Amino acid sequence: MNAADVEVFDLEYRYPDATPALRGVTFRVPAGEAVALIGPNGAGKSTLLLHFNGCLWPARGGVRVGGEPVTRSTVARARRAVGLVFQDPDDQLFMPTVLEDVAFGLLNAGMPPEQAQRRARETLDRFDLGGLAGRPPYRLSAGEKRTAAIAAVMAMEPSVLALDEPSSHLDPRGRRRLIGLLRSLPQTRIVATHDLELALEVCGRAILLDGGRVVAEGRTRELLSDEVRMQAHGLERPRGMEPPPSASPAVTVRP
Amino acid sequence: MHMADALISPAVGTAFWGVSGGLLGWSTRRLRNEGRPETVPTMGVLGAFVFAAQMINFAIPGTGSSGHLGGGLLLTILLGPWAAFLTIASVLMVQALVFADGGLLALGCNIFNLGFFPAFVAHPWIYRPLAGPDPRAPRAWAAAVAAAVVGLELGALSVCVQTVASGIAELPWRTFLLWMLPIHLPIGVAEGLATAAVVALVASVRPAVVTAGSRSARGAALVGLAAAAALVGGVVSWWASELPDGLEWALARSTGTEEIARPDTAVHRRLGKAQERVALLPDYGFRGSDKAGEEGGAPSSRIGTTVSGLVGGALTLAVAGGLALAIRLAGRRPAASG
Amino acid sequence: MSSADWTGLRSIDELSRLDTFVHRRDPRAMALATLAYVAVVMSYPSGSISALTPLALYPAILIAVGRLPVRPLARRMLLAAPFALAVAAAHPLLNRAPVAEVGPCHISAGWMTALSILLRFVLTVSAVLAAMACVGVDRLAVGLAGLGVAEMVAAQLSLLHRYLLVLGGEATRMARAVAARGGGARLPLRTWAGLAGHLLMRSLDRADRIHWAMASRGFEGRLPRTRRLQFRAADAVFLGVCAAGFAAARAWNLAVALGRLTGAR
Repeated sequence: MNAADVEVFDLEYRYPDATPALRGVTFRVPAGEAVALIGPNGAGKSTLLLHFNGCLWPARGGVRVGGEPVTRSTVARARRAVGLVFQDPDDQLFMPTVLEDVAFGLLNAGMPPEQAQRRARETLDRFDLGGLAGRPPYRLSAGEKRTAAIAAVMAMEPSVLALDEPSSHLDPRGRRRLIGLLRSLPQTRIVATHDLELALEVCGRAILLDGGRVVAEGRTRELLSDEVRMQAHGLERPRGMEPPPSASPAVTVRP
Repeated sequence: MHMADALISPAVGTAFWGVSGGLLGWSTRRLRNEGRPETVPTMGVLGAFVFAAQMINFAIPGTGSSGHLGGGLLLTILLGPWAAFLTIASVLMVQALVFADGGLLALGCNIFNLGFFPAFVAHPWIYRPLAGPDPRAPRAWAAAVAAAVVGLELGALSVCVQTVASGIAELPWRTFLLWMLPIHLPIGVAEGLATAAVVALVASVRPAVVTAGSRSARGAALVGLAAAAALVGGVVSWWASELPDGLEWALARSTGTEEIARPDTAVHRRLGKAQERVALLPDYGFRGSDKAGEEGGAPSSRIGTTVSGLVGGALTLAVAGGLALAIRLAGRRPAASG
Repeated sequence: MSSADWTGLRSIDELSRLDTFVHRRDPRAMALATLAYVAVVMSYPSGSISALTPLALYPAILIAVGRLPVRPLARRMLLAAPFALAVAAAHPLLNRAPVAEVGPCHISAGWMTALSILLRFVLTVSAVLAAMACVGVDRLAVGLAGLGVAEMVAAQLSLLHRYLLVLGGEATRMARAVAARGGGARLPLRTWAGLAGHLLMRSLDRADRIHWAMASRGFEGRLPRTRRLQFRAADAVFLGVCAAGFAAARAWNLAVALGRLTGAR
């Protein structure tokens, strides 16, 4: 698995009722880096993530993963390259047991069942979920479900990991484990989140999205320190942060 | 309206398994050909939705009793006939297997009664032609009520046919029908209203929720009905022709008639006395008292509750229970290995 | 069905995870045995009572070997009984032709039929519930596919089963919220429609998300399975013993034979 870079260029998307959701989003995430997507509700973060592997198709513009554009003809490759972790693990753990969920992607990719099962078990062990292989998803705790959903995606060894609100519904211990996990992964990571402390700990850079547009991007610490801008876009500077440094040139503002 | 196994003969049950199984196979083939993978999770979730919605009762207007959503018509409006039929079948399967709501042998009957009529008859022949393009318009409501009533009444009729054809329950055909049909009328109206209300609500947010009709589904109605009639008629008549007058045969085999033997021991004498009190009546009629005067046929075809039958039956049940208990207790004793 | 019934699904799931001889049976064998049993029970002529009793051994042994708790199964049976009970109860009323006497009581043909129906109900329902408690819905789905049922049907069963508890939980929460605002156990149609409509919209949204999640991991229409079914010798023996037992019970009235052994004639 080689981490891949992700490029979004001029992405425009409208909801079925024609309201614009994304109005020309452009940014780039270098391979192996972790970037936080922050912004108020309705900014379009989840909608944006769904474009990375062809769940949604833009009206204009597009996405490139590892240099290759995500199109209807390349979508199968894009889906193996980009691991998308959804907000609600129940939407993602749809098989009768955890093991079958983790093996799902492998089997669809054509791996023989015995090998897929072995690889699934290895993945579960790697995430400390080995004992839960035979469990049905409803018998897992919220943290276990979250980890299992990530494991199911990671089993396919994607080059990019895109996560939508990964720390929601986690207790402090589960959240701590998630943060540790995300920091340790070599993939390119794009994390859409309201959890700004997590963004600070995991992601070096952040992109602020509002009204379907990129409003600002830069080093996470600097971006979050700008209280005025944060509040203008429905966010708050995290209370736990140290006092903001003086004006930094590392933040670029989009007109 | 779910039929239990206890009322279905193997002939009728098998016949309807054949019809429903064939329809299921047809549906899955059509769905595969449509090639829309998103249908798979949608069917699963909507099946779960119907189950969940059935948990919450509403007051049936005009009668004061509670009802719950059946869901057949609603599923067909949302999914189209083929996917709806499969979904309804899956809901009925879980209801039968997990909740004992409906039998296993009777599953084919239930899938036909509650799935075939809404999906392939009521929806394509009544709802779609009458409803018009806007699910919120009054004519759509009327169409839903009409379709639901027709679907449920046909289902109720079908239940009667299956019960009578099975011959396990010996209810007079007319009485049963006169009982089933009126009961399902307000239920049908309520189902139609509930369906229309839910569709109208969702359509205002998701206009595409109502699926386009399918012309081939109408054809399926005719094929399904023809197949059902042929299979049921064929199987049942074959079964009946194998037997002498079905009634006599039934009576003869009912509890095992045996000759009364002379008691020798005290136990036998006591049991013999008990036997004397159990009278064998030569004249009887199972189809109402008008047959009371008829001859019962050959002596071997007389029936009666013999003591051996009673004693044997009770003993057998006791043996079954005792054996089960013994196995259970043996299992509880800690085993030497595993 | 009340929210308490969700325990039915959970308890079947939990029970199916036990490890006993009958739990280890191939789901196809269990399905065939159950179907055969039900067919045999229902093949008896109307009014049969004592002839049916030996067949009680099958569910009894299944329950005992499978270590299945009797009370929940009995409760479920009672909940499912009303229609069959109603039909059965109609018989003594409709058919009063006397058939036998025990002491001062006349037993009418109607009573015989009613008792027969009730007995069949108990036998068939207990057999099906016991079998399901040994197999579980998911293994049944795999077993059905193994028996040649269309993969889509098996997939539908699995997905329905998976999301039943999820949506059931949502529905319960919504109903409780309504009840807290003064709705009774029985809502007016308009209120119900609002609740159901809301639940439907959430369900459709969830279906969209599940499909995206599936597609993201390569789904193209078939749910891949890792479970392999292995029909073992023990399964063949199980089926053979069942078949022999059912056939023997059907061919001869074993209860009467047993009764005669005790000397009763």
